[in-house]
Amino acid sequence: MDFDLTEEQRLLKDSIDGLLADAYDFDKRKLYMKEKGGWSKAIWSKLAEQGLLGLPFSEEDGGFGAGGVETMIVMEAMGRALVLEPYLATVVLAGGFLRHGGSAAQKAAHLPGIIDGSKTFAFAQLEKQSRYDLFDVATSAKKKGDGYVIDGEKFVVLNGENADTLIVTARTAGGQRDKSGIGVFIVPAGAKGVTRKGYPTQDGLHAADISFTGVEVGADSVIGDPANGLPLIERVVDEARIALCAEAVGLMDESLKTTVEHIKTRKQFGVAIGSFQSLQHRASDMFVALEQARSMSMFATMAAEFDDAKERATSIAAAKVQIGKSGKFVGQQSIQLHGGIGMTMEAKIGHYFKRLTMIETTFGDTDYHMRRVSEAGGLI
Amino acid sequence: MDLAFTKEEQAFREEVRQFFRDNVPPETRRKMIEGRHLSKDEMVTWWRILNKKGWGVSHWPEEYGGTGWSSVQHYIFNEELQAYPAPQPLAFGVSMVGPVIYTFGNEEQKKKYLPRIANVDDWWCQGFSEPGSGSDLASLKTKAERRGDKWIINGQKTWTTLAQHADMIFCLCRTDPSAKKQMGISFIVFSMKSKGVTVRPIQTIDGGREVNEVFFDDVEVPYENLIGEENKGWDYAKFLLGNERTGIARVGVSKERIRRIKELAAKVESGGRPVLEDPSFREKLTACEVELKALELTQLRVVADEGKHGKGKPNPASSVLKIKGSEIQQTTTELLMEVIGPFAAPYDVHGDDDSNETMDWTAQIAPSYFNNRKVSIYGGSNEIQRNIIAKAVLGL
Repeated sequence: MDFDLTEEQRLLKDSIDGLLADAYDFDKRKLYMKEKGGWSKAIWSKLAEQGLLGLPFSEEDGGFGAGGVETMIVMEAMGRALVLEPYLATVVLAGGFLRHGGSAAQKAAHLPGIIDGSKTFAFAQLEKQSRYDLFDVATSAKKKGDGYVIDGEKFVVLNGENADTLIVTARTAGGQRDKSGIGVFIVPAGAKGVTRKGYPTQDGLHAADISFTGVEVGADSVIGDPANGLPLIERVVDEARIALCAEAVGLMDESLKTTVEHIKTRKQFGVAIGSFQSLQHRASDMFVALEQARSMSMFATMAAEFDDAKERATSIAAAKVQIGKSGKFVGQQSIQLHGGIGMTMEAKIGHYFKRLTMIETTFGDTDYHMRRVSEAGGLI
Repeated sequence: MDLAFTKEEQAFREEVRQFFRDNVPPETRRKMIEGRHLSKDEMVTWWRILNKKGWGVSHWPEEYGGTGWSSVQHYIFNEELQAYPAPQPLAFGVSMVGPVIYTFGNEEQKKKYLPRIANVDDWWCQGFSEPGSGSDLASLKTKAERRGDKWIINGQKTWTTLAQHADMIFCLCRTDPSAKKQMGISFIVFSMKSKGVTVRPIQTIDGGREVNEVFFDDVEVPYENLIGEENKGWDYAKFLLGNERTGIARVGVSKERIRRIKELAAKVESGGRPVLEDPSFREKLTACEVELKALELTQLRVVADEGKHGKGKPNPASSVLKIKGSEIQQTTTELLMEVIGPFAAPYDVHGDDDSNETMDWTAQIAPSYFNNRKVSIYGGSNEIQRNIIAKAVLGL
């Protein structure tokens, strides 16, 4: 049992923390938001230069062969700095599909672009009716010759507006809520029949609603088994959930720090408001919530390696429950303790709150994961 | 980062578990599961079994009878002990006064007291709280005046746990009334059989008698019963209170109780189905399990940190363990109440005499719920823990 980082991991942490401390203060972030697509190409290139975009990929694929702990370190740092760039969509999600399900040819075709920062990806999964059920897929992929024709609509696709390539879930067989008959497809964003409607999301990121009308793709666009892609989808989405847990811990950590700083300096009645016990106790409760969340983020990271699939899924769901609850508490109370200034777009704290709020509803909210843990018979 | 225990640690867990299976008296275990009070004999019998094995004062330095276990081994031992369940060693002797004596006491005191603590030849109780001094402990008034080679002690202590069984007390007494309040306090130990000591029971809301008031009326105590230096008692008290760290989360206790909740909730029906299948009950239970898993991990982080950096100064993270640990313990007793619903009502007039076996498992559930309200009050109330986090961690 060991919770320490290795020497390499510590160096990685220093390197990403250093890069972001330098390049990503809140004022600079505002400028990045105004760039085309809503994030900074220059930062993305820097991340590529430092090898961060190639982190989880094997050395033979041109990456660094890093594991879950490294992703946790990066995501936590990105949360702390409120990073806008599409790391989750490109490296964790699309990268995850390619790593776990991609053929040698698919890896060779797509990983170099991810690793060198020249290409970004998006995962088109959510549908109007699907909510958090990954198997609820109405978008169809009908066989045509060797390839497929994709028809359907996907919503709130993170980085969907800017991505060069889309990873799309579509049904090759069965009914809308059948667990089998789901395939995963690589679709160029510019393919004929793909229409994207982009928009900013509440947390300052960008997403798109994407419709697929008679989009033709070749047989080589299928990742894994076109008749049974759900296990792959679940595995990759679980990794995204773990990454989101780590990002949320970074967000909470910075929220608490900022809030404590605020109540130490903000004066009312002639004294710092942090001298009031009601505020001290609230801040202490935020610390407790943060530490519980941090524990579960670490737990989820380690749970990804559990051999028992059910135990693995339940553990990650439990982590998402804790993150959802802690994130809501820390986020809301950060605003409360900031008072009026916390309500303004100008102050950074509100943006942390908004990102935390969006994380809760990404890939299953607290209630959804609570139900999953419960249906699995709990943790004890 | 790695969650796995080593092969040696796993073997150790199995060894500990097997020892409990072979040696905890079944009746003691049953009473623990049902949340009943144990008799003094039952507790002492078990502790002597433990001491004979060499595990009675496991965390003490080896020269005083400790085991030399790693932090992780201590963690495993405690978890297994709590989860079996079997009574934990008497904290007042083993975790509180023992470490004060081997750290600050003289050779004679170590020789005299430590073996008797380990074998529970003396049952110790704690003389800290007073009617006017709860969270503000340093305002205590119990006075020890030096007269020749004796202390003359006058005053009153309260919330003295199991003082009715006690042979010895360790007591914070004011020895310099003119000093600033933390500065004039000394740490004195003496026999509860001394002339002038009166113990009066306080019945708690569960109907039990766990705590007492203790009165001192011109109690004569040999001067040599002072531990460490005169007027340094506050430092020793802080040392003592900071010593109990990871055990305070009581993860094993809560795990055992959740297993019991599931067992009972699968049997008891409500609305034509087991309570366990009621969605709103289920959600509360799951929420509690998630919190407990997080707490377990938080505790493991503290344990791992202790293993790396030694048990130096008290870790403020132990306040997190205290707050969450007590909240979860309380939630589990609340959930047990929900499981039995209206059958929580009958008051167990039969006590522990087992004459009403049919009501056995329900009889202690409400008292245990009432009794567990204490866990967020004792050992530094949860509000005091929040003060500690605010000051020591957040710098407020």
